Amino acid sequence: MNFKRFARKWLRPGRATVIAVPYFWLLVFFAVPFLIVLKISFAEQDIAIPPFTSLLNYEDGGLLHVTLNLANFQFIFGDELYADTYLSSLRVAFFTTVMCLLIGYPIAYAIARTDPARRNVLLMLVMLPFWTSFLLRVYAWMGLLKPNGIINHLLMSVGLISEPLEMFHNTFSLYLVMVYAYLPFMILPLYAHLVKMDIRLLEAANDLGARPLKAFFAITLPLSKNGIIAGSMMVFIPAVGEFVIPELVGGPDTLMIGKVLWNEFFDNNNWPMAAAVATVMVLLLIVPIGLFHRYETRELEGKNV
Amino acid sequence: MMEAVAAAAPVQTGVQAHNTPYLQISGIFKKFGDNVAVDHVDLDIRQHEIFALLGSSGCGKSTLLRMLAGMERPTSGRIVLDGQDITHLAPYDRPINMMFQSYALFPHMSVEQNIAFGLKQDKLPKGEIESRVAEMLDLVQMRKYAHRKPYQLSGGQQQRVALARSLAKRPKLLLLDEPLGALDKKLRQQTQLELVNTLEKVGVTCIMVTHDQEEAMTMATRIGIMSEGQLLQVGTPGEIYDYPNCRFTAEFIGETNLLTGMVSVDEPDHVEIDVPELEGRIWIDHGITGPKGMQVWTSIRPEDVRLDRKPPATPGVNSARGTVVEIAYLGSYSVYHVRLPSGKVIKSMVPSSRWYEAGEEAPTWDETVYVSWRPDLPVVMTR
Ligand SMILES: Nc1ncnc2c1ncn2[C@@H]1O[C@H](COP(=O)(O)OP(=O)(O)OP(=O)(O)O)[C@@H](O)[C@H]1O
Ligand SMILES: [Mg+2]
Repeated sequence: MNFKRFARKWLRPGRATVIAVPYFWLLVFFAVPFLIVLKISFAEQDIAIPPFTSLLNYEDGGLLHVTLNLANFQFIFGDELYADTYLSSLRVAFFTTVMCLLIGYPIAYAIARTDPARRNVLLMLVMLPFWTSFLLRVYAWMGLLKPNGIINHLLMSVGLISEPLEMFHNTFSLYLVMVYAYLPFMILPLYAHLVKMDIRLLEAANDLGARPLKAFFAITLPLSKNGIIAGSMMVFIPAVGEFVIPELVGGPDTLMIGKVLWNEFFDNNNWPMAAAVATVMVLLLIVPIGLFHRYETRELEGKNV
Repeated sequence: MMEAVAAAAPVQTGVQAHNTPYLQISGIFKKFGDNVAVDHVDLDIRQHEIFALLGSSGCGKSTLLRMLAGMERPTSGRIVLDGQDITHLAPYDRPINMMFQSYALFPHMSVEQNIAFGLKQDKLPKGEIESRVAEMLDLVQMRKYAHRKPYQLSGGQQQRVALARSLAKRPKLLLLDEPLGALDKKLRQQTQLELVNTLEKVGVTCIMVTHDQEEAMTMATRIGIMSEGQLLQVGTPGEIYDYPNCRFTAEFIGETNLLTGMVSVDEPDHVEIDVPELEGRIWIDHGITGPKGMQVWTSIRPEDVRLDRKPPATPGVNSARGTVVEIAYLGSYSVYHVRLPSGKVIKSMVPSSRWYEAGEEAPTWDETVYVSWRPDLPVVMTR
């Protein structure tokens, strides 16, 4: 009996394929690369190709030496600068996420509540920036924000200001471009959740005496919780490792782990150190992903009506 | 019976003049763009009444209900509830609650939280909320399920929770939009009586919407028939069945034989109507309000049509000859479809005992038979 159930559940070929595809994907594009990175992080820098030592050494006496170099990790955990950098990355990602949420939620809500004909046009507008290269868009912002950029030029020629505004290579420009770049990743999952919500639930709430604002907080917001979580993950996770935006428009004092990684890898040619930095970053991110995953599973098991 | 046959009379509301109605709907009109959804409806509802709005799909029932709930704004007209003009009140300010067709239970809240939701909006003290929720759970026998989420309930249980939620605030008026529409036929019949019992126990004034005439007849004290946004007739189930005031009602409620004719004799004590389809006349033993020469429609229920092998005493009056084209055997009775020479098919419902008592064989296909009816049974309508 039990075996039959087990067989029905796992051995049906269609089902097995469907399950296998994402696992295969994760294995090839996440687990294997991560293990390689993990391996490199335990090596030592070397002047060779590739530029790191091997973990396994076979010696004459039939001894297999496994050398795990923990120095990189010791260094990361010993040096306050790394801790500061991780914290700073998490902070930037966190505030970017919060701002994307605050701006993205009303936008997603408005799109979900317009009539279906106009909805698609609005969604297209949200996705339109993806048609241009990401790098190009960041360069466009540079052109706008620079001291002698378009905005300053315009304001000065109109006579509103006499000196260029300080809005480039500082915290302001960093967050502006971060939020700009990640906003669609917040809007789309939020929209997907809001659009499938039954309007009758709000009518029922109104009918039972809840004013629109109260109904929003009691019904709409809780029911879009998964959209909020999904959107936040989609923004937060890539934002932590973001390198291009802080490099191009962030201030000189902006510490971002992506920047450290770049330096170790390309400037210092220290692959093991870069790998260790990346490993710690992945572990930092796996915690929120794991939480999200657990939530989603519960969601699928529960509310699948 | 005289006034019942006065077909062109205005919609009768059945409210005594000295007794001001609890809910007064006057001249309610609603347009969506150019599309008229509700067309000048006047309706008075008494306190503690269970009123059913009955009509085919798209006739404006839900729209009328939603205007009462405040979710739709009437283009014109007035709604007065218990002396208060509520026409322009927001839904959350009206002492009215609605049970939605799809129930609209909040999926992220337990049964208990769903029922408590409305009470919390009123900022009632916690103890009061708890005791009322318990009372409601007992009322609909859902105490065991208090902590379940809606998706963990069956359709019938969800319906009961939705009912409890809409009753929890003790509304002055309860609106039910197709309360049993989401249930299957069998469960529906059980639930009809259970629902009426609950509503009567609470004593709430109630308007329900349905397109199921059986449901309306079972549950309501009075019924309003709607078609194309208009309220055609209001009355008790018996009144509506026995004295329809228009063709729509006659055909919508139950089965009937509808015959088109012209008034040829119009006396105070009797009327004669020439009916080409019968190649004869209908003789009615009372007067109607309508001049000679007027076109009228006559409704004769199948159970009022007698079936015989022998020709009637007065051929050509209240009778016709035809052939049996179809027989539906339904156990205790059969429905005979008799085709007249004009091509018109008259349905006659015959008790199975009829032939046995007469010591005859039941007529069969292609047999020539005579249909006839008593002069007091046909109902004459002018629209
Ligand atoms: N929001 C709306 N916008 C435009 N037209 C509407 C709207 N709501 C209803 N209508 C129209 O008004 C008419 C009446 O609709 P309503 O929903 O009141 O019908 P109903 O009697 O409840 O029908 P059903 O039995 O199918 O529920 C229909 O023609 C419908 O298309
Ligand atoms: Mg409806």
